[in-house]
Amino acid sequence: MWEYTNKVQQHFLHPKNVGEIENADGTGEVGSLACGDALKLTIKVDGNEVITDAKFKTFGCASAIASSSVLTEMIVGMTLDEAAKVTNEDIAERLGGLPKEKMHCSVMGREALEAAIADCRGVILPMAEGEVVCECFGVTDLEVIRAINESSLRSVEEITNFTKAGGGCGKCEDRLREILIATVQVVPVDQLQQEKPKRMTTLQKIKKIEEALEREIRPGLRKDGGDIELVDVDGDFVLVSLRGACTSCTKSQTTLKEYVERKLRELVLDTLIVEEAK
Amino acid sequence: MMDCRPEQVVYMDNNATTRVAPEVVEAMTPFLSDFYGNPSSMHRFGGQVGAAVRKAREQVAGLLGAEPEEITFTSCGTESDSTAILSALQSFPDKRHVVTTRVEHPAIKNLCEGLDSLTGHKHRVTRLPVADDGTLDLEKYREALSDDTAIVSVMWANNETGVIFPIAEMARIAHEHGILFHTDAVQAVGKIPIDLNKLDVDFLSLSGHKLHAAKGVGALYVRRGTPFVPFLTGGHQERGRRGGTENVASIVGLGVACELAGANMEEENNTVRKLRDRLEEGLLKAVPKSMLNGHKTDRLPNTTNISFEYVEGEAILLHMDRYNICASSGSACTSGSLEPSHVLRAMGVPFTAAHGSIRYSLSTYNTEEEVDFVLEKMPPIIAELRAMSPFWKED
Repeated sequence: MWEYTNKVQQHFLHPKNVGEIENADGTGEVGSLACGDALKLTIKVDGNEVITDAKFKTFGCASAIASSSVLTEMIVGMTLDEAAKVTNEDIAERLGGLPKEKMHCSVMGREALEAAIADCRGVILPMAEGEVVCECFGVTDLEVIRAINESSLRSVEEITNFTKAGGGCGKCEDRLREILIATVQVVPVDQLQQEKPKRMTTLQKIKKIEEALEREIRPGLRKDGGDIELVDVDGDFVLVSLRGACTSCTKSQTTLKEYVERKLRELVLDTLIVEEAK
Repeated sequence: MMDCRPEQVVYMDNNATTRVAPEVVEAMTPFLSDFYGNPSSMHRFGGQVGAAVRKAREQVAGLLGAEPEEITFTSCGTESDSTAILSALQSFPDKRHVVTTRVEHPAIKNLCEGLDSLTGHKHRVTRLPVADDGTLDLEKYREALSDDTAIVSVMWANNETGVIFPIAEMARIAHEHGILFHTDAVQAVGKIPIDLNKLDVDFLSLSGHKLHAAKGVGALYVRRGTPFVPFLTGGHQERGRRGGTENVASIVGLGVACELAGANMEEENNTVRKLRDRLEEGLLKAVPKSMLNGHKTDRLPNTTNISFEYVEGEAILLHMDRYNICASSGSACTSGSLEPSHVLRAMGVPFTAAHGSIRYSLSTYNTEEEVDFVLEKMPPIIAELRAMSPFWKED
């Protein structure tokens, strides 16, 4: 059973703006029956390019219906320029969040909106010009790259959650990984795990630990005004020094064990023990 | 937490799990409280518990037409399945071919897909296709068997459609070729008569919670004389065939559940079949563009799988949930994957229909009033969702 927020349930059970606007100024159609979800969005705009009405028809699960419904609520009253800035994250946020496996429902909403705006303006979307990567769900490389950048995706599994690419036969997984590496310019998390060797020299360990600290751990600590420095690696013992706000934080020991150690075990070597350097 | 009470729900999801029969609960209770002895102990306090396990073994054997020593208790159907397949592969290390079907439960499907990495040896797996109605082609089955085949594993009845496979004949054909035969009978045991004495079946898996016993207990039938390698090695429990202290209470409950199922099978089947048919006919009549998935007669008496075209299964289930009606769907969204059920796809059910499939699986605890309640609620639910669907054209 999915854990849907009350907001999702509300919009699913009592959807707003169901239907199709006759003589709509813009129509956006995405998805297909085969894919398991599809959305047809129609919008009406006035002389100042303000969206005055929006209606949807959706085939899909509860989160697809809820995403469509909340989207129509969000965009009425916006100008086309404002609406063009609505992201899938905005849609998900408005619903109080979506289960991660369902994020593609919010992406479908954003895509339909873009298509409707483009239709209004009589332009062709660049997405349709990309190269199809996932044959099962007809997802292009441009769509994948955009999702990676907009939602900071870091693994193939996340790409699947957000775009559905790779969720069918799975043949495009390698290609998705390539796109991911090329887009974010670093080795993705799942690749790192796969390559995790059983025995490492201390030098290799230090390199891997530094990589993991920089990419996965420091950003989180810095958000809270803290930081971490690698002091030494002795066998499986990783000596670190906490900096900034971390030094005076009462939870720093928990952070060290529950967060830093767990992350390093996951990403580098599962026998590592993290200790604070005195 | 527990805000959906059993007396409120219309439970039609019995292929997922069943209500534990009150008689089963009553039989289990003493072993969860006072009689905690270890069945392997030398003292009488434990010994009497051992006697209860022995009785349960006889009851399970009785339902299957087997000998008690042919029954090994396990923790679930999945464990029984894994034990049987891996035992056969270890018993015949030179044979690296497995024959199964495209519609097996994940317990067999995923096991077979992962055999190479699990065992470190290369295997060949033949997955027999099914026809549109979910039935197997026995000619293709014969062709698939080879000198290299270690074991055939075919489910007795399908969990999603209820379609029953001709196990007696398939097991006979396997034995003609000197090949071991396993059947995952998790959905069949307790619902259709089984007499293993008369069959060429070497291994049979069953699960307690599908026939009104508790979760966490299953059994594996191993025909006497069949080579066997344990899956869980450890103590001498189950005559060395499955280490680990027995789940006594659940085993005792499984025994009682088997006895109940055997005693009332024909009568209960007739009642359940009537309810199922009433539901099925009513839905197909009341909802346009709805269709039955699976063979109409070669089928479990409790199961019906119906597709409502142009709507999505999860959305249907969540609307049903408002009325406390419990069922399942083969749609992609309910599985956590992005593709609809592998069973329906193997049957060639079009995507327009597979995404909107609902499985109703009944039990003797269902009533005619419940069936009529579902018949009243379903058509408006489907109509409401179709009104929202961009593919639905009213005509």
